[in-house]
Amino acid sequence: MFDNLSNRLEGIITKVRGKGRLTEADVDEMMKEIRTALLEADVNVAVVRSVCNRIREHAIGATRSKALDPGQQVVKAVNDELTRALGGETLAITYAAKPPTVVLMAGLQGSGKTTASAKLGKWFKAQGRNPLMIGADLQRPAAVEQLRTLGRQIDVPVFSDPEDPILTAAAGLEEAKRLGRDVVIVDTAGRLSIDAEMMEQVRLISGAVDPDYTFLVVDAMTGQDAVQTAEAFHNTLQIDGVIMSKMDGDARGGAALSVKEVIGRPIAFASTGEKLEEFEQFHPDRMASRILGMGDMLTLIEQAEKAFTEEQAEAAATKLMEGQFTLDDFLEQMQALKKMGPLGGLMGMMPGMPKELKDAKIEDDDLKPIEAIITSMTTEERTFPNIIQGTRRARIAAGSGTTVADVNRLVKQFGEMQKMMKKMGMAGKPGKKGKKGRGGAKLPKGLPAGFDIEQGGMEIPGLPGTPGMPGIPGLPR
Amino acid sequence: MGIEIIFLILAVLVIAFGVGVVVLNRRREGVQPPSQRTAGQPAAPPRPADDPSTGDTLVQEPAVAEEPPAGTLRERLAKARSTFAGAISGVLSRSAITDESFDELEEALLRADIGVNIADELLGGLRTRVKDKEITEPAALLDALDAEMKSRLAGSERSLNFETLDEGATNVWMFVGVNGVGKTTTIGKLAKQQVDAGRTVLLAAGDTFRAAAAEQLTTWAERSDVEIVRGADGADPSSVIFDGVEKAASKNIELVMADTAGRLHTKSNLMDELAKVRRVAEKGAGKVTETLLVIDATTGQNGLTQAREFGEVTDVTGVVLTKLDGSAKGGIVFAIETELGIPVKLVGIGETIGDLVDFDPDEFVSALLER
Repeated sequence: MFDNLSNRLEGIITKVRGKGRLTEADVDEMMKEIRTALLEADVNVAVVRSVCNRIREHAIGATRSKALDPGQQVVKAVNDELTRALGGETLAITYAAKPPTVVLMAGLQGSGKTTASAKLGKWFKAQGRNPLMIGADLQRPAAVEQLRTLGRQIDVPVFSDPEDPILTAAAGLEEAKRLGRDVVIVDTAGRLSIDAEMMEQVRLISGAVDPDYTFLVVDAMTGQDAVQTAEAFHNTLQIDGVIMSKMDGDARGGAALSVKEVIGRPIAFASTGEKLEEFEQFHPDRMASRILGMGDMLTLIEQAEKAFTEEQAEAAATKLMEGQFTLDDFLEQMQALKKMGPLGGLMGMMPGMPKELKDAKIEDDDLKPIEAIITSMTTEERTFPNIIQGTRRARIAAGSGTTVADVNRLVKQFGEMQKMMKKMGMAGKPGKKGKKGRGGAKLPKGLPAGFDIEQGGMEIPGLPGTPGMPGIPGLPR
Repeated sequence: MGIEIIFLILAVLVIAFGVGVVVLNRRREGVQPPSQRTAGQPAAPPRPADDPSTGDTLVQEPAVAEEPPAGTLRERLAKARSTFAGAISGVLSRSAITDESFDELEEALLRADIGVNIADELLGGLRTRVKDKEITEPAALLDALDAEMKSRLAGSERSLNFETLDEGATNVWMFVGVNGVGKTTTIGKLAKQQVDAGRTVLLAAGDTFRAAAAEQLTTWAERSDVEIVRGADGADPSSVIFDGVEKAASKNIELVMADTAGRLHTKSNLMDELAKVRRVAEKGAGKVTETLLVIDATTGQNGLTQAREFGEVTDVTGVVLTKLDGSAKGGIVFAIETELGIPVKLVGIGETIGDLVDFDPDEFVSALLER
């Protein structure tokens, strides 16, 4: 689950490092890894084939550039190609000349249409519009009730008539016109793309309201079937855009690429949670990294933002850089981290973690002994761990249910980490052979000049042979 | 933007350090990663297949209540098969086994969401047998794949656990899973089946989060004429289920089916909530004899993660595979069962009340391979 394309390609890269350049055979081997990564990410088999063919050309081009780091070049080529494939033109909503603007929601059962309808309603309101939602799902028990409840939450009226979905849609449209609403969102029942009768029904609903936008709602965890479904809906309805739902999960989301490749329509929105405000425009670059298992850096940042307050983070970072980060600070941050979600999920989001760490199947409970040890220390011990000797060690070990050896180890490793952090903080000071800043990320004011995160080599103290974490890609602006 | 980098560095360092320490410690102690679940026990005699023709009639809702079509599982899945014909028939159309044969088989398996690793493993075994001239004909190759897959699913205990308990105690079957997979609908169908089998049933509306979730389950309760216990919106799900269990016990109702809110396994607070629900369900008169993980047949590789994560929090005893009447093959349950040892017990094949059948591994594999 923590597969990372960079790491997988690494094995191949180290083999060929001596050669200085990658041969076509090397590229073939890499393509195999890329193919596996895409398949594991649920990208459709046929789509993988065509995407890989395109990537291969770029990859070969990259090898010819005699770049210092051909592996990174290949990864970048893959990332760029996927971003391009997922992006292209963004869907800009233009409103109908003669209101209302009609939006039709379609998709499989359980894909998230009703929730997305309400989110869209809220979104349109934020744009200054006056939407009305039509509950045309008369199939699922309490579906209309669900839409009405959501409508109340966002203060958007809901229309539904229990007689027939098509009549409801038509009548709802008339009602919207009568009330002077300028946007209409039609929620429909989930349906199988192979159910001819239901596909005919949605075609008729579409005919009755003549939508300006038809959105296909696709669950981010959908597997190979995404293509079949998207094609069928597109043939019946002419999809204008796709809404990816449940993006807050850890599904790699290859379905997004499959659907985009097959129907060629933009992915308009990403639904990132059950709350109605958890709805945003789709970011192709983030999706590309996610599909490749290269971690969703920006989501990680966002989650971290929720867990740490700004002041906490700035204070902690300064301390880190100046080598003043104590065990106390570490404990504090660790506890805040728990709010970010299970450790396993976080690991999945981080690019470039050394293989041994990723394969380790770390669970939240594993950190408990560390927490226990630190909690058993006095404040003085946490600030000045070098005073921890004999009796103190024994006391801490007893208090935390660990051994003296465990306590020793933690203190030693923490000390090494502190030293390393201090070194990193010093890297940019004049006179040192610090690396120059590379890449586009603007650096915060608090950090020493020249601090470079692109080529950050981070060795975990005590774990010999871990390669430095490769550069953190994809940071915006 | 600046502050974001700080957050990031912080998070990364703290995580990496913490994890590094743990790994080092493990290395020293020679600890193995958490072991896999053991495979299911030998199969009990199969349950009689349920009559698929029980239509749905008790509807006050304006919903369309159709009679589900009669016929075997295979016939009902026949609609979905045509698209796959290409891959497998390609293998059979040749007079010999070639590389293309294996490519086609791989494509068929991947398209079914079996997963790259398992597909590689299955085909690797076949390649060896072909090399050793043990298999020489394309038809035999297909037979071998079919047999291998079926044998891996054989021998699992697939019946639903129900224990005869002392008076005043009641069986509890919990339904868990991510959002939108079909937990509530499955409960609705299963309640009818259990009632038809002569059991007394009560439904507990443990989804207190989703708008109108309790109303949805209430409709299903009415369709099977069973009691339902619900709470207010936003109520504590553990309390609602506990109340349901106590009510059932007091009225000598044998079985409580507890619905829970859909939740992504990545949300630690929601998974903690689920663990609590599980604990509380057994605090009083209830005994949780079945925790069913509902998996949507369209799910890709994330299904395996779901099973793993939910399994760790609530000890999943079986899987319900839903929406298999669509074009998806549901191959991810093959991985769930063979890698995690969680047996698939039920299959949902439609939205109406009769659309729930026992999982038959042989039929499943045959349908997957279009045979």
